[in-house]
Amino acid sequence: MPLFMIEATIRGMRDLITEALKNHDAECIEIRFEETEATSITYRGDRLEEISRARSCGGNIRALVKGSWGFVSFNRPDRLREKVALAVAEARLASKEPLQLFPIEPVADKVVPQLRKDATTVPLAVKKRLLDEYNAIILSSPKIQSSRINYRDARKQIIFANSEGSYIEQTKVDLSLRLTAIARENGEVQQAGLSLGSNGEFSIVEGLHDKAKDLARRAAALLSAPQVKGGEYTVVLNPVLAGVFAHEAFGHLSEADHVYQNEKLRQIMVLGRRFGGKYLNIVDDPTMPNLRGSYKYDDEGTPARKTYLIREGILVGRLHSRETAAKMGEKATGNARAVNYLFPPIVRMSNTLIEPGSTSFEEMLADVEEGIYAKDWYGGTTALEMFTFSAGEAYMIRRGKLGELLRPTVLSGNVFTTLQNIDAIGNDLEVNQGGGCGKADQYPLPVSNGSPHIRIRHCVVGGR
Amino acid sequence: MEELWEILRSARRVAEEAEVFSASARVVTVQFEASELKQVQTKESNGNALRIFRGGRIGFATASGGDSWQALLDMAVETSQFGSLANFQFPSRREYSPVQIFDPKIEEIDRAKMIELGKELIVRVKRHAVDILCDVHVSKGTSSVFLVNSQGGEGIYQKSFFVLGLEGIVVRDMDILWVGDSESSCRPDDIKVDAIADGVIWQLEMAKRTAKVSTKTLPIVFTPRGVASILIAPLASAFSGKAVLEGASPLKGKLGEQVFDKKLNLWDDATVAYGVGSYPFDDEGVPSQRLPLVANGLVTNFLYDLQTAALAGTRSTGHGRRAGGGSPSPAISSLIIGKGDVSFQTMVKDMKEGLIVEQVMGAEQGNILGGDFSGNVLLGYKVENGEVVGRVKDTMIAGNVYQVLKEVIGIGQEVRWVGGILQTPHLYCSGVSVATKGS
Repeated sequence: MPLFMIEATIRGMRDLITEALKNHDAECIEIRFEETEATSITYRGDRLEEISRARSCGGNIRALVKGSWGFVSFNRPDRLREKVALAVAEARLASKEPLQLFPIEPVADKVVPQLRKDATTVPLAVKKRLLDEYNAIILSSPKIQSSRINYRDARKQIIFANSEGSYIEQTKVDLSLRLTAIARENGEVQQAGLSLGSNGEFSIVEGLHDKAKDLARRAAALLSAPQVKGGEYTVVLNPVLAGVFAHEAFGHLSEADHVYQNEKLRQIMVLGRRFGGKYLNIVDDPTMPNLRGSYKYDDEGTPARKTYLIREGILVGRLHSRETAAKMGEKATGNARAVNYLFPPIVRMSNTLIEPGSTSFEEMLADVEEGIYAKDWYGGTTALEMFTFSAGEAYMIRRGKLGELLRPTVLSGNVFTTLQNIDAIGNDLEVNQGGGCGKADQYPLPVSNGSPHIRIRHCVVGGR
Repeated sequence: MEELWEILRSARRVAEEAEVFSASARVVTVQFEASELKQVQTKESNGNALRIFRGGRIGFATASGGDSWQALLDMAVETSQFGSLANFQFPSRREYSPVQIFDPKIEEIDRAKMIELGKELIVRVKRHAVDILCDVHVSKGTSSVFLVNSQGGEGIYQKSFFVLGLEGIVVRDMDILWVGDSESSCRPDDIKVDAIADGVIWQLEMAKRTAKVSTKTLPIVFTPRGVASILIAPLASAFSGKAVLEGASPLKGKLGEQVFDKKLNLWDDATVAYGVGSYPFDDEGVPSQRLPLVANGLVTNFLYDLQTAALAGTRSTGHGRRAGGGSPSPAISSLIIGKGDVSFQTMVKDMKEGLIVEQVMGAEQGNILGGDFSGNVLLGYKVENGEVVGRVKDTMIAGNVYQVLKEVIGIGQEVRWVGGILQTPHLYCSGVSVATKGS
């Protein structure tokens, strides 16, 4: 048992923290303790590359003095009062004008996930047997040179307390799995991947045998597929990729820390501005049950809530921490999150979705003369205005019908015009929980993205 | 340190072989947001990793915080039931040649000095562009590594590092321009405010106007930052001995073959004095070296750790690295591309129509293993008749690193460090597809 937990049991964690927080000259001080136990299994081809267990204990202290922050992170929880004093002294170095954080009612609570089959309690042998099966399926497929399997589960116990009286214990479980098939022929290498994740529920990674088979088939097919000719196209995105699009193209721009200190961006991102057609609705919602991006309190102790970002095409909200909300005169939304104790919380998404409309997939394709149907993802990234995201699989659309398979394709756009160019929203919402979000070195944060099929006019596609 | 020997001794009681690796760091960072000082951070961390050979299989576990070494041992034993076969031996005791990676001056730099440096950089850049908002970070740190194994191998080193970086944003109407640069070194004196400020000011100058480009294949000059942002990831993955061993690297079977332009020389050097990627021995206790990867266009070596080398029937090259605290895997230390004989000005003058590319977004997505690259040009400039005419927007470039580097038009005569782990000249290339809006 780690040192500070022993001490905690003897003295009572809450008393220990309360004492450390007493009588410092700061507007607000937060303490976070975290204990993580993780299991990783990695395959590379037929070789089990790594099977490892990790255990980590650590914590941090964040202090606010006159609008500036001091932050101290540590592995050893000894001399807590000294660490608090250091954080306060650091904050004082930068201090400017007093800042009142958006007020949050202090809360004492304990949150434990309800899982049917908790991944962290499944024996290693069972996990390995399952992954062995998937790997064998991939590797026995034609033209497959190699494979990659990355499995990870982690159970995290977090104690959060602040000088305002909040004391919250949360247990979080997270699971992620990526399967990759690598095909090779005549020196050409192509790959296809599948990413899954859950809030620790193991059943989500069971029964993927058919999907593994399909993955291998796709990787092999890419070897003979042509690269798309670069240029501007009408694109139809499948729900997985449209979810990535919602996250990259608009989600990040909705994070208030990008705009709150930039007067010109504030003018661009003014609430009430039209960004898209009247059927476009985008939300961020950590209160949806049992998703990877779900939680009850954020890492500042703010209760989670659903936030409409775009309603009927109009910008109606954005994601906030207590600080950005206070500075912009808006309400805290419970989106301040830290990937772990080594980092202070910053404004992040949770579960981000484009709400479904009424168009069917067939109707969406029907009037496309020449375009691209892009599916699944490799990744995505944003620089606020410009964003890119890449499809793992793509097909030409010709005269309303799906045509030939294309090599992986990177799409790019300008958020201000691209949202306006969405001209159809499907009726088939799906939520994708693979991958993780990165921002300011904090990666991978569990999030999920969702959308129905959507169609975008005039999208720039990279290619040769 | 006594604790680490204790872990090793305990592990030896239940396993044939064992290795204990311990790393700790203390990093102080000063952050400016929107040109104002925002946050001061101190991060202390330490963690231990235990690798054992038990019943001929490898077990691996890591732990940080608390006094949980018994837990570390239990976890390593648990994983060893399923681990891969132990096919190599830990390196025995030896002397390591010193590599300069610690500068005691790091201790003299206090937070006030770091704040002053950040302010100075912002003032310099703002003098040139009043409406720019700058995020600046100044970091200093020391780290130490200790390694001991059951073959008598033992090593310890201490490292210092200093980083100064700026990211600037300029918003005009509905247009967002990003500029930025950063420098890092083990020696604080190597980091010059002027060098970063001049680089950023040059970017702002080049981006003053915008220019139109159409969809076609164009010659491209990749600046050192451009090389880092788009060409390096596919190369780093292809030269990994692991990717070669499993056949996922296009370079498999190409050792000794002419794959790249004759003018191209590339090596990995873990011994560069004060390089932030340098070390006297890798994370498995294998001595570091300067390893040629491409010599006059010929593929000469791949990167290996102990386990991969054993599987491939070769020796570790001293590139076993533990990224993110995981088990060792082959990875670069510092990559260096040899300089050529063409000046940047000559490259620009030579282009009738082309692009200068500084920063590409999204290049890490896609089929990197196969060498394909594609991304949005976040910062790049159009050249017409030998003159820079302005910044391009809504533009993507795409190509394949093996096609693009097969015939390079010219290699720059000056090199610079990017991100502390790549040193490269400008590369003047052809055969890159450009795609843009309205075509």
